[in-house]
Amino acid sequence: MERSLMKGNEALAEAAMRAGCKCFFGYPITPQTEISAYLAKKMASAGGLFLQAESEVAAINMVLGAASTGTRVMTSSSSPGISLKSEGISYIAGSDLPCVIINVQRGGPGLGGIQPSQADYWQATKGLGHGDFHVLVFAPASVQEMVDMVVRAFDKADEYRMPAMILADGLLGQMMEPVTFPEIKDNAPEKPWATNGHKNKREHNIINSLYLKPDVLENSVVERFERYKKIEETETDAECYLCDDADIVVCAFGATARVAKSAVNHAREKGIKAGLFRPKTLWPFPVKEINEASKNAKVLLSVEMSMGQMVDDIKLAINCSKPVEFYGRTGGVIPKPTEILAEIEKLGGVK
Amino acid sequence: MNYEIVLAGFGGQGILFAGKVLAYAGLLDGKEVSWLPSYGPEMRGGTANCSVCVSDEPIGSPLILDPQVLVAMNTPSFEKFINSVKPGGKVFVDSSMVDVKTDRTDIDVYYVPATQLATDNNMNGMANIILLGKLIKETEMFTLEQMEAGIRKTVPARKADLIDVNINAVKLGMAQ
Repeated sequence: MERSLMKGNEALAEAAMRAGCKCFFGYPITPQTEISAYLAKKMASAGGLFLQAESEVAAINMVLGAASTGTRVMTSSSSPGISLKSEGISYIAGSDLPCVIINVQRGGPGLGGIQPSQADYWQATKGLGHGDFHVLVFAPASVQEMVDMVVRAFDKADEYRMPAMILADGLLGQMMEPVTFPEIKDNAPEKPWATNGHKNKREHNIINSLYLKPDVLENSVVERFERYKKIEETETDAECYLCDDADIVVCAFGATARVAKSAVNHAREKGIKAGLFRPKTLWPFPVKEINEASKNAKVLLSVEMSMGQMVDDIKLAINCSKPVEFYGRTGGVIPKPTEILAEIEKLGGVK
Repeated sequence: MNYEIVLAGFGGQGILFAGKVLAYAGLLDGKEVSWLPSYGPEMRGGTANCSVCVSDEPIGSPLILDPQVLVAMNTPSFEKFINSVKPGGKVFVDSSMVDVKTDRTDIDVYYVPATQLATDNNMNGMANIILLGKLIKETEMFTLEQMEAGIRKTVPARKADLIDVNINAVKLGMAQ
């Protein structure tokens, strides 16, 4: 299979088209604009629709409309733009609609900066809008995973009738790496719930997130959480690297995990037993996997491009059975391998 | 093989393109490669730079902070990166554009008047590729044939008429 050199943003866009994404609604923002630019060029000739909306709010509501018809649909933005979309995402979740949302994160809060960041972890995994709901959150760490995970995101969103997010960052979006496109199929299942026109051949479908009777609303939320429970049991995914005998398990996702892996390799060269645990799904958090990866560890070290937003999830996952330390940079600063190595050495008792 | 390279200069000098040529040459040689541009408001008018890794091993951080190889095409870039080059590293300077030199003696610095050479040889805009020619000669990172393959992949189809002049620019750089 031919390896080609592509930016993360462009590879993701190509993979989305191959996965059967027929509609894209977006609004430009650095560092994800190449996704829009790529789809603007290619989508129409592939029989799809690209539309640059008047705002992020408009774009996400167009996603709601397209998803209602059963069409595979995607939107993309970066941190401040995702905040603008959050109301619509809640409506989509409340309407049990599948869609794919891309967040190529930049520094925050506020307008923040444009350099890579992971400070939207809390937003993505805990509070991507009002109300009781979750979205699936995938965290790629390479251009290849930008491809593989967007395909999976479409499939899982359809399977569970819920939004799925790719939580990437500016580094992954902007870098080029070799990438291959495996045979990608549009696996979209039958969608008997879709409002796609039926010429009176069946009962009409209603897509809605408004339930004025509390017990009816409660039932709809409870049914959704039964689905979430199944997802937590079956859809977690993680990479464990040199964890079996590790005294120190470094926990990192996305681009940070690449830097952390270099640091783990350097630590091993110095005789320190370090390993890397990399969650590939952030919601659901890979609880079973992190317990297995850290079973022989003395300490865990979360490394993030934020002020430590994943630390609590790690502590909860291991039931606070071991100390969880933190090292991070934020605001668009990428941690250096040497900085992470110094933290590992500190924990490993190296002066 | 494990090369960590920073290329830097003004926007418009072909810094990102030159980085892509190296990355593609590595890709076609079966290596692991990464290419990471600086991005943001500094792209226009200010300095542009990119990090390129070419390695036998999977690449960790694609962001290079202390390169083994630096290509510097203007004075601000030269001054910004020259002290970050690893001891034993090699630096390729467009001396038509950079009017300063370094005192460092622990690195090899090659001053090539690339922009002047390009003008003299009717290769305007090829200073970047001339420097790559010098780079592959001194580092033995790639052969001429491998660079040629990288160029053929990188030059977009609508500019295919520029492939030969790019290849000639590599040869001119190798002759320096």
